[in-house]
Amino acid sequence: MKPEKYWHSVTLQRESCKGCTTCLKQCPTQAIRVQNGKAKILKERCIDCGECIRVCPYHAKKAVTDKFDRLSEFRYTIALVAPAFLGQFSKSEDCDLILTSLLYLGFDHVYEVAKGAQEISAATRELLGSGELMQPAISSACPAVSRLIAVRFPNLIHHIVPLRSPMELSAEAARKEAVEKTGLKPEEIGVFFISPCAAKATAVKDGVTVEKSHVSGVIAMKDVYLRLAQRIGSIEEVKHLSDAGRVGTLWATSGGEAAATGAKRWISVDGIDNVIRVLEDMEDDKLTDIAYVEALACPGGCVGGPLTAENNFVARSRITRICETMPELGGTIPPEVPRSWDGAPVYRPVMKLSEDLGVAMQMALDLEEIAERLPGLDCGSCGSPSCRALAEDIVRGYAKETDCIFVTRERLQALLKLAREKHLDLPDDLEE
Amino acid sequence: MSNSMVFRYDVDGDDFTLAGEISSKVKKRLKQLGLPPETIRKVAIAMYEAEINMVIHANGGTITVEVSPETIHIIFADRGPGIPDIDKAMEEGFSTASHEVRELGFGAGMGLPNIKKNSDKMTIDTKVGEGTTIELWMEVC
Repeated sequence: MKPEKYWHSVTLQRESCKGCTTCLKQCPTQAIRVQNGKAKILKERCIDCGECIRVCPYHAKKAVTDKFDRLSEFRYTIALVAPAFLGQFSKSEDCDLILTSLLYLGFDHVYEVAKGAQEISAATRELLGSGELMQPAISSACPAVSRLIAVRFPNLIHHIVPLRSPMELSAEAARKEAVEKTGLKPEEIGVFFISPCAAKATAVKDGVTVEKSHVSGVIAMKDVYLRLAQRIGSIEEVKHLSDAGRVGTLWATSGGEAAATGAKRWISVDGIDNVIRVLEDMEDDKLTDIAYVEALACPGGCVGGPLTAENNFVARSRITRICETMPELGGTIPPEVPRSWDGAPVYRPVMKLSEDLGVAMQMALDLEEIAERLPGLDCGSCGSPSCRALAEDIVRGYAKETDCIFVTRERLQALLKLAREKHLDLPDDLEE
Repeated sequence: MSNSMVFRYDVDGDDFTLAGEISSKVKKRLKQLGLPPETIRKVAIAMYEAEINMVIHANGGTITVEVSPETIHIIFADRGPGIPDIDKAMEEGFSTASHEVRELGFGAGMGLPNIKKNSDKMTIDTKVGEGTTIELWMEVC
């Protein structure tokens, strides 16, 4: 794959950030520091999982997504609907109604990503049966997990199933279909993904597993929700648009994707911390009896994405109900639209201290020494996520030991002691 | 510049849930040094197996990891019961682990063979009633 450009959807709104340590402590790749009272995202480490968006009490973390005005760049537009979208509305569990409502926002057509998911399930089943995959095989569907593997688990890159995401497959199929129907040129057709997460917005642009995305833009699910929530109840003419089946739609919730692969022994892991735990075990060769790992960064799966409007438990319940009335399989995508991905993600050794092993070793030794002197409270007040991370930042030259308030306090006390011994005049409040 | 560095860890004797923790710490450090992923994988697997062995059979012990640009040298030392028949212990599937341990999914008799498989050289120094020291060498590939 081509080199990283470090484009990220997750960004900081500086003016809203209070410099608290909430995101700092939650970030699974230790990609955040607080400097001069504001959070800072280390671009090379960020995997766009959106944990910081979820936890920030001041809503200072945002996902950059496309606005509706981008629709005007195209002659014909398609809303590419993630299955999680079906679970967002308290007023409706009618797929056709929900999909029709999107036409009122200016889209000319809708296309369900669940159709692509169904095809990827079938392709995965075939690959698992062929015995060609490294087992346990890891799903390639969650872009945050793929990036996590690229920065933290290089040994597991070859376990990722070499298939495209349902989004990419569906985007190409949708455009192809539209070209045939309208006679327009492919570039005149805008395909907009209605996304539950920031990671998908990044996946379209960053080139980690996709050379050139077939998605023209990514619109946040909650932005669409905002425009539709009131309107959806008053739509009179409902078009028959739903063409997806249960197998693809259940990808919205954890477990749905893994079950559809037909793997003998699968596990479904959701929530980024759980994913990390399982990947650590895989790295130690502990999951020898598991054939397939569905690993999703968000709690509950895509319904738990940071850009959804409904909480993931309610959304899951709605999707389960919707699926009861669906056929098992929906419409298919012609086999000439490729299922395989453009390439595996490339290992990004962002934790490496230095290019030179000798230098790295000296830095690691210094790091251990510094870490010994730090209090081990992992309070985050210094702006690094843990005492070890501060020690690492110090040896990298980004921080100093006195950034630790406990170290500073000790030094101040020593200074006061010295001043007292020398009978220097000190302000009264320092004497205590 | 430094030519080698050493990490030392104590393995707690009676806590299964902690097994793997040291492996995880070592992995993190080796990634910081920028060692090749394949080397890190071998170390991780060997470490984990050895840690489990120490918990199951020897009531804990110590692990020393010495990293130099060419080799990783690991020493697992315990004061456990020792291994009466090393050849037998090296057979795949041979295990002296208790029923309870097997119930937990450990003690399948793959520990030592797996450790050997993931190292370039292995020596075992053991005395019944006194303890076992296993040394591993892995070339940085």
